[in-house]
Amino acid sequence: MPVEYLKETPSQTAGPYVHIGTLPSHAGLPVRQNETLNVVEAPGEKIVVEGIVLDGSGAPVKDAMLELYQANAKGEVGDATIWARAGAVFETGEWRFDTIRPGALEWRGGKMQAPHLTLLIFARGINIHLHTRMYFPEDEAAQASDPALNRIEQIHRRRTLVAEKVKDGHYRFVIRLQGDQETVFFDM
Amino acid sequence: MTATPSSASAALPDFMRRDRAWHPPAFAPGYKTTVLRSPKCALLSLDQGPGEKTGPVFQASMLHELDNDLVSNYAAATGSKGLAIGERIIVHGRVTDECGRPVPRTLLEVWQANAGGRYRHKKDTYLAPLDPNFGGCGRTMTDENGRYFFRTVKPGAYPWPNHGSDWRPAHIHFSVFGEAFAQRLISQLYFEGDPLIPLCPIVNTIKDAAAIERLVAKLDMGEQRPFDALVYRFDIVLRGRQQTFFENKREGM
Ligand SMILES: [Fe+3]
Repeated sequence: MPVEYLKETPSQTAGPYVHIGTLPSHAGLPVRQNETLNVVEAPGEKIVVEGIVLDGSGAPVKDAMLELYQANAKGEVGDATIWARAGAVFETGEWRFDTIRPGALEWRGGKMQAPHLTLLIFARGINIHLHTRMYFPEDEAAQASDPALNRIEQIHRRRTLVAEKVKDGHYRFVIRLQGDQETVFFDM
Repeated sequence: MTATPSSASAALPDFMRRDRAWHPPAFAPGYKTTVLRSPKCALLSLDQGPGEKTGPVFQASMLHELDNDLVSNYAAATGSKGLAIGERIIVHGRVTDECGRPVPRTLLEVWQANAGGRYRHKKDTYLAPLDPNFGGCGRTMTDENGRYFFRTVKPGAYPWPNHGSDWRPAHIHFSVFGEAFAQRLISQLYFEGDPLIPLCPIVNTIKDAAAIERLVAKLDMGEQRPFDALVYRFDIVLRGRQQTFFENKREGM
């Protein structure tokens, strides 16, 4: 008989009203009005990351809630100030983070990863949150040896993790839940 | 705040893999919204790096003293002296990992409908009335032993469009961070004895009856507050780290 462990509590969808508990002012609650959870205040080059989550029909997921975790400018993690949360705008599905450009983060065995943002996606109809990464279009050289990108066997799918540059310091990242450009999601 | 040098976090033990067959699958057509929101490609399995083995750290100082009291926190925030209407309950339990270790000082956020089944949310138009003294938003942090509690009113069941009018059993949504982004979890808590649980298409996205049972809070009469509140017990388990005696094992050995 193998060793038994407790089983993880199973996931359920965050539902359409996830904002009440996670972004109360977004839900329209007159509490915590001063919280701006989609802004990271940390030393480094300020950047804007905006985007949208699209469903299998190409329609925006207007009730999505996203969380961001990333390295600081020096390529370190575990900094309590570097975490953020954004709600899609109910009318359009657009979301936005104001953060800083991450440094290159170490991988296992002394290898390095290309700079990236980790994003989790929660929404109605998503039974367990989706985990993806956003890389920067100007880091092609570092991406050539990135351990996560290199694990993607279908080379054309690697592009789904690279943001589009709108202008200096401003990026757009479209997350597609299905379709021929389906974003790569991780099980880590 | 001090950051952990990534050389130190790279050496943190790995988390055991998530049992994806125990969690609900992304595509579960009985819950229609999953049909267009479920990825069709397989998830990409990858080892964990420092960005997965660490996570945001929240300080208890961010919490207001009424954050874990949904019976009074909304009224207090809006300048009312009232209390929420409904069956007064306390929910308590422990957050541990799969190895049974307590998960201390982790943020637990909760949200729910009022006693009539109505959410205080821009998008909820259910005909049940709003309660002027109930917001449905709370949060707390586990103590050093992983224990938590919050006070609220029991939420009402509510209808939602799926197969015509389906009904959600009474439930409280919850979100927990753990000590690393790999442990992040959002789920829902149900109440023992609710006949709507087996009828719910969202509950039934979970295939294993034993897994569903893990989302059902148990009536805890031993902890009842006489002449005040009923108490429910609900324990939460997050992914476990592999044993520490592997910590010094070098890559590739
Ligand atoms: Fe709900």
